Amino acid sequence: MSALLRLALASAWNRRLSLGLTLLAVLLAATLLLGVERVRHAARDGFAQSVSGTDLVVGARTSPVQLVLYSVFHLGEATNNLSWQSYQAIAGDPAIAWSVPLALGDSHRGHAVLGTTADYFTHYRYGERTPLRLAEGRVFDALFDTVLGAEVATTLGYRLGDQITLSHGAGGLPGMEHEDKPFTVVGILAPTGTPVDRTVHISLPAIEAIHLDWLGGAPIPGLSLAPEVVTKFDLQPKSITAFLVGLRQRVEVFRVQRRINEFRGEPLLAVMPGVALDQLWQTVGVVERALQALSWLVLAVGLAGLMAVMLAGLNERRREMAILRSVGAGPRHILFLLMLESFVVSLLGCALGLGLVTLLALTGDGLLARFGLATLPIAVNAEEMQLLGIVLVCGLLVSLLPAWRAYRLSLADGLIPRL
Amino acid sequence: MSAAAIRIDDLAFRWRRKGPLCVTLAHLAVDAGKSLFLHGPSGVGKSTLLNLIGGVLLPERGGVELLGQPLGKLSAAGRDAFRADHLGFVFQQFNLIPYLSVLDNVLLPCRFSARRAARAGDPQAEARRLLGELDLAASLATVPAAELSVGQQQRVAAARALIGRPEIIIADEPTSALDASRQSAFIDLLLREAKAAGSTVVFVSHDERLAAHFDEKLALTAGAAQ
Repeated sequence: MSALLRLALASAWNRRLSLGLTLLAVLLAATLLLGVERVRHAARDGFAQSVSGTDLVVGARTSPVQLVLYSVFHLGEATNNLSWQSYQAIAGDPAIAWSVPLALGDSHRGHAVLGTTADYFTHYRYGERTPLRLAEGRVFDALFDTVLGAEVATTLGYRLGDQITLSHGAGGLPGMEHEDKPFTVVGILAPTGTPVDRTVHISLPAIEAIHLDWLGGAPIPGLSLAPEVVTKFDLQPKSITAFLVGLRQRVEVFRVQRRINEFRGEPLLAVMPGVALDQLWQTVGVVERALQALSWLVLAVGLAGLMAVMLAGLNERRREMAILRSVGAGPRHILFLLMLESFVVSLLGCALGLGLVTLLALTGDGLLARFGLATLPIAVNAEEMQLLGIVLVCGLLVSLLPAWRAYRLSLADGLIPRL
Repeated sequence: MSAAAIRIDDLAFRWRRKGPLCVTLAHLAVDAGKSLFLHGPSGVGKSTLLNLIGGVLLPERGGVELLGQPLGKLSAAGRDAFRADHLGFVFQQFNLIPYLSVLDNVLLPCRFSARRAARAGDPQAEARRLLGELDLAASLATVPAAELSVGQQQRVAAARALIGRPEIIIADEPTSALDASRQSAFIDLLLREAKAAGSTVVFVSHDERLAAHFDEKLALTAGAAQ
């Protein structure tokens, strides 16, 4: 048997170019299959953990998905705000440990502007309850201070001390700028891979301040208040878009949720972000399945290549097989040689593919965060082992045809190949 | 060693069940240690006969008996093992596995047969000795077989057939790729080494002039050998 293994090795080395290319095809297919699997999980986890540590998201009554879309992802617009009084009334519940108000509606060059309190930076969590971290500077303090998300700072090239102005609404309309009241960048957040990266954060009073001389969504003609003057007004907001709630004890979540949903002052909705995010993920799950189907197709192409190379190589190897038979090899040895070869190619492809994916998971952190993905898992799970097992079995199945043909050929040729 | 090394009686073989007979052979017997020249033009079923003697094919009728062992009584795997243990082959061309070294090619039978390896003593040394006897420079041992000339390749093939002193050596047109002056030299070398090893030689060729080198002679004719 060891003689046969040595021969197989020498023979494979002799055909190293075509076998190497085949190995590469199988390797890439296995890498893609595993990579898609991991990215899929990472994307789902990252998405589901865009906000964590928050027990409830509360806004004016709408659909749960809608509420999460605008309050967490800053996509779309709230149909209604909720009043400051309602917020105060609910936040006073003894079961509630903390609450953070959110006011949305303005933007800066396509990035959402979020009016909130400094508490936001202490209570907001993402991923495995990771708190926000400032890469540079500090949390806003003065009225016209702003803290930028990582992506806002990098794509627009802002540094600490830069002045920015905000646009009313989504921006882009002339005359709808808050250009008379510039903000100073005092802090830049570290990347998180969540919507926070694409957000401009200012204080709630600042939201009030830039809208003092506005009415019904437009500047009041002839009235313009200088930035120094606005501080003299009462900057307590009258309404907010939504607020985040953290409970003292998680078991209270259903009770508090019911209380908010039955709030008499105005129609409100409280949702558990995880549940809503799951619902949202269902709608984008099609992409996930398409990606998976695609990687299976790539595997099929890789294995078809393996079969083609083996079949094409058979004629070349008929002499070799006849010689082996003359020195005592049986047709079963020939069958074994071919099956062994494709098995080893598949095995190597799987092992190297796994190695490559692990390497990517170990080194690709920064790259992935830029795409808004959570860190890829490094350890192999049972599901992946199953995938690799399928690749191996497919590799063996694919080699059956060439191996069977070689077996038939060596039976027919006997000791003298008919070339 | 007076028993026949090869004994064939009333042999018939056809490729397809209802096709014509490809090989018929009434009687053939070669005594141990003798050499036989089998003469036949191409197309008379020489290759088929060699496959029958090698135990790769089984006859429709009659039997092949090698060293007193009827091949038909062995399983396919048993015939493969028997071939490895007792037979050495030299073919017309393409005898060597091109990517293996000359030495590894000669050692191939020892890898498939423990008996051949044991009879060779130290297989490596024996292989080098045989290569030397067959006028191949020692420096060629480690060269890939593909780099040798045709004449050199045929002598390496002879060394491979001879290693481990198999009882029977079958040579199928081993000289047809050589020019006339080298044909005689090759046959003499092969017969000398076979005699030294005590092997029986069956030499197949279409070239009747070579018959003079051998103890016995048999002519094959199309469809039937007399």
